[in-house]
Amino acid sequence: MILVFCELKDGKIRKASLEALSEARRLSGDAPVAALFVGTSCVGSNDAATFGADAIINVEGPALGAYSSDLFAAVIADAVKAKGATALLGAATPLGKDVLPRVAAKLDAGYAAEVTSLALVGSKLQAIRPVYAGKAFATVDFSSSIQVASTRPNVFSATECPKAGAVETLPVPAVDFKAIVKEILAKGGGKQDLTEADVIVAGGRGLKEGANFKLLEDLADAIGGVVGASRAAVDAGWGIPHSMQVGQTGKVVSPTLYIACGISGAIQHVAGMSGSKVIVAINKDPEAPIFKLANYGIVGDLFEVLPELTKAAKALSLAK
Amino acid sequence: MKILVALKQVPDTETKIKVAAGGTSLDPADVKWITSPYDEYALEEGLRLKEAKAAEVTTVSVGEEKAKDVLRNSLALGADNAVLLKSTETGDPLAVAKILAAYAEGKGFDLVLFGNKGFGSDNGAVGAMVAELLGLSQANLVTKLEVGEGTFRAEREGDGGTEVVEGSLPAVITAQRGLNEPRYASLKGIMAAKKKTIEEVDGATVSAAMIVSALTLPPARPEGRKLDGDAATQAQTLLGLLRDEAKVL
Repeated sequence: MILVFCELKDGKIRKASLEALSEARRLSGDAPVAALFVGTSCVGSNDAATFGADAIINVEGPALGAYSSDLFAAVIADAVKAKGATALLGAATPLGKDVLPRVAAKLDAGYAAEVTSLALVGSKLQAIRPVYAGKAFATVDFSSSIQVASTRPNVFSATECPKAGAVETLPVPAVDFKAIVKEILAKGGGKQDLTEADVIVAGGRGLKEGANFKLLEDLADAIGGVVGASRAAVDAGWGIPHSMQVGQTGKVVSPTLYIACGISGAIQHVAGMSGSKVIVAINKDPEAPIFKLANYGIVGDLFEVLPELTKAAKALSLAK
Repeated sequence: MKILVALKQVPDTETKIKVAAGGTSLDPADVKWITSPYDEYALEEGLRLKEAKAAEVTTVSVGEEKAKDVLRNSLALGADNAVLLKSTETGDPLAVAKILAAYAEGKGFDLVLFGNKGFGSDNGAVGAMVAELLGLSQANLVTKLEVGEGTFRAEREGDGGTEVVEGSLPAVITAQRGLNEPRYASLKGIMAAKKKTIEEVDGATVSAAMIVSALTLPPARPEGRKLDGDAATQAQTLLGLLRDEAKVL
């Protein structure tokens, strides 16, 4: 059985979790798939049935209100053991990436992060995953009896495949946890994390100053996207936080659409976004290396092109 | 206070990746080897704690003979001791974590510092795995760290915001960019490091939970097209193509 650790956000299953669940369903054929939810409330977990969960396991309790990596790891590992699962999948979200390696170590299981393809070879998982920040791909074969993998968001499709979704609950283990999230300081304003975004509008040195990122935000709002930045823009002292940085030393993203504005296409930036399905480059330098990657290129002044794009997108009401 | 900093030797991030004959590993020809960039933040944090709290800093690396370069560099920067855990690369983060945990077990480290991921394998797993194997608390992707008496407070990049994690020592902390600004080695430090010995220990024998069976380069992207016209025309054409041809809007 494959167990999928799923996350809820505002009472809905995260898209990245549905992708992991769908992939588990696809891999399992007729074998059972279970979806695991952990939190103070698991309301919303029933939707997992629509995406292929034969069983839905809820672990609920006030102790799970704040995130503790050691407590959550214990909850997930207990569920793997209780269900006799041989594979554990979860989305490579900030939480997934934090907790899944710890769960793997608890279960003496191999762990592959941010996989972009999965297969079952015999009874064990085989994964393909980007290495060297996407400059190469490694095929990894597991030999451990339990296998753990996190799936890169936006790579696997979330496909409906209704199953019974029989709901059961497991108790919260009595763990004397050692560290916990006490507070959250700066909220991201409800914006999606870059790694999960479907559409990214990113800016580089060509934006000339931080205030001009407003042009990117306007376009992003008009087409339902999130704003990112190159290292050059983050390092320029424009007040662009590192959390917005796309690249080898920032976030590695795989959106459906990536619009690079005023970004030359340095190797370290390309490493972070070359997995995007469709790339658009807007740059005034026709020789900029970014055009080699771009499906569509606009050689022009972004200060003219961006407002036109925003205006045209609004006219078409493209925001989802 | 005793601090252990784990360092990984990786190819320079500007390296053009080539696959070695056999198709399962990186071709090491022409590769310049460096300390994994995030590990530099971990080491710097250890050195700052050494200065602030008279901590003893030990650096450790799992690898082959050439990994001594990153350890030598750590001594030049101010680490007190450096240890090479001799082992061949397996591509399995759990195996590396077990070797590190076997070394650290029982040595009384209050903090074990890592970069949040090693450039190359990019699993971002070894720190959390060592925390689990040694039964320690963890905070990953840390951008600010305060160490108190038997406790720590860390700010980390969480889900759409900065999270404050509080926990007990000993702890595993993985460093994110922004934690500090790493120093450069002084000439005096470099000279002194040449005289220091790097301890060499055979890494614990562990069985791999996974192997890399193939390494391939990504397919080249198809030739794109450039859009003509003035800004308004380009904008209209682009949106049309994104919607009707690429079907992404």
